[in-house]
Amino acid sequence: MNIPSELKFTRSHEWLKDLGNGTFEIGISDFAQHELGDLVFVNLPQEGDAITADEPFADVESVKAVSDIYSPVSATVTEINEEVLDAPESINSNAYEAWFVRVENVTETAELLSAEEYEAFLNEEA
Amino acid sequence: MELRTPLYETHEKYGGKIVPFAGYLLPVQYSGVIAEHMAVRKDAGLFDVSHMGEVILSGKDSLANLNMLLTNDFTDMADGQARYSPMCNEQGGVVDDLIVYKVKDECYFIVVNASNRHKDVAWMKDHIQGEVTLEDISDSVAQLALQGPKAKAIMSKLLKEEEIPQKNYTFIPKVMINGMECLLSFTGYTGEDGYEIYTAPENAAAMWELLMENGKDEGLIPCGLGARDTLRLEAAMPLYGHEMNDDVTPVEAGLGFFVKMNKADFIGKAGIEGREQKIKRVGLKVTGRGIIREHCDLYAGDKKIGMVSSGTHCPMVGMAVGMGLIEKEYAQIGDTLEADVRGRRIQVEIIKLPFYKKGEVLVK
Repeated sequence: MNIPSELKFTRSHEWLKDLGNGTFEIGISDFAQHELGDLVFVNLPQEGDAITADEPFADVESVKAVSDIYSPVSATVTEINEEVLDAPESINSNAYEAWFVRVENVTETAELLSAEEYEAFLNEEA
Repeated sequence: MELRTPLYETHEKYGGKIVPFAGYLLPVQYSGVIAEHMAVRKDAGLFDVSHMGEVILSGKDSLANLNMLLTNDFTDMADGQARYSPMCNEQGGVVDDLIVYKVKDECYFIVVNASNRHKDVAWMKDHIQGEVTLEDISDSVAQLALQGPKAKAIMSKLLKEEEIPQKNYTFIPKVMINGMECLLSFTGYTGEDGYEIYTAPENAAAMWELLMENGKDEGLIPCGLGARDTLRLEAAMPLYGHEMNDDVTPVEAGLGFFVKMNKADFIGKAGIEGREQKIKRVGLKVTGRGIIREHCDLYAGDKKIGMVSSGTHCPMVGMAVGMGLIEKEYAQIGDTLEADVRGRRIQVEIIKLPFYKKGEVLVK
C-alpha cells in the first residue's frame, strides 16, 4: 500500500499536505481510490468557499456509487484542481498527485494520523 | 446469511471484490468496472450468474399455463427457441420478467431473476392448473455467461459448429463441453452476442477455468455485477425493480412488444386493458454536470413528473445516461428535464433508447 510519509491522513481516508506559507493541499488516499473503484465524476467546492473539518466538502462518483469526501481542516478554499474535474480517472492513477483543493486560513484541524499511524489503521481495518 | 455460488472460491482466486447481492455473495468487480465493460464491448467477458433462478414446467397442459401466466405468446415456439416475457399480476403490474426455453413439447425451462425466485415460484404454483408440474431446480444449476464479439471464437475452440446455437434466442439443450453436460444458449444481458451456459454446480469451477484458458488469446477477462449493470443499461435492457415493478405495467415499461393483447386471456390482460397507461420509460442524457442515479426525482419546471429508474456513467458511450419512468405527456424526445441529484438540479435531455447497439454508439 502506497502511503507517502510526508502526508497526514484522516480515518475517512483523506490526505493533507503542508505546502508551506500556511497553504495546504487535500486529496484522497490510494486506499480510498482503490476501494471506490473507477472514478467518473468529481464535485468540488468553489474558490473562496469555507470548508469545515470533519464535514463533507466534495463528492466523488464511481460507476457504482457516490461518496462524500470529508475535510481534514476548517479553512478557505484558494484553488481547485480543474484537472481532476476534467479527468476524475487521474485520482485512480495517482491519488497523491491528484489533489482536490488548496486551502489557507486553517482555523481548526480534524484528528490526523501520521503515515505510520494510517498504515496501522488500515491494517486494523483489513 | 448470504449464499455462495459454486464459483465463490474461483472469484476469490481471480481477485473478485465480493459483495452481497440478491442473497448471494458475488463479485462486483475484478480489474475494474470500466475495463470489464470495455472488454465485453471489444473482446469478451465471463460472468458468474449462478444466482439466477431456474424452474422446469412440464406436463400436458404446460403450454396453456405459460400462455395464461405470461404476457407473451408461446404457441408457435419451436424446440430449441427461447422467448422473453413479462409475468403480470391481476392489475397488470409486473411480477417478474423471465426467459422461457422450449426444450420440447410439454417441457419448458424458465429462467427468473434471483431476487424474485421465491416470489415467482409461489405465484406460479398458485396459478397453474390442470396436468402440469412446476419444479424449482435453481439450487442444482450453475450459470456462466460468456459475452462479447469474441465469444463465438472462444466457444468454437471447445465445440463443433453444429454444437453451438447460431441464432439469437436459440439454444441446444444438451451439449458436452469437455465432458461436462450443459444447456447452451445464444442469449445474454449485455447488448453483445454471447452465450449462457447452464450446468451442474460441480462443473462450474472447471467450466470457468476452461473458458478462461481458451479465451486468453481473445482478451477474455472475468467480469462482475458492476459491469453487468452498466452493460445492460447502455443497451437499455430493463431490470426488474428498476424499470418495472408490481405497480408498473409492461406497456409503461416500454415492453409492449412482449404483451400479446390478442391472446385469448392471460393474467393481467384485463388490468392492462382497463387502465390508462400514464407513464412511459424514456432514455435520459445528462447535459449538465453530474451523474443521475436511480430514485433521483425528475422535474419539468417545478412539477415532479417521475424519477430515474437506472442511471450511471456508461463507459462505451462515455457519458452519464439513464432511464426514467415519467408521465407520458412529458415524454418528448429532445425535451429538457431537471434531475434532483442530492439537492442539486442538473439538466437532462430526453433521448431515444438504446444508447448503444452492437458495435455502434447511438447517443451523440
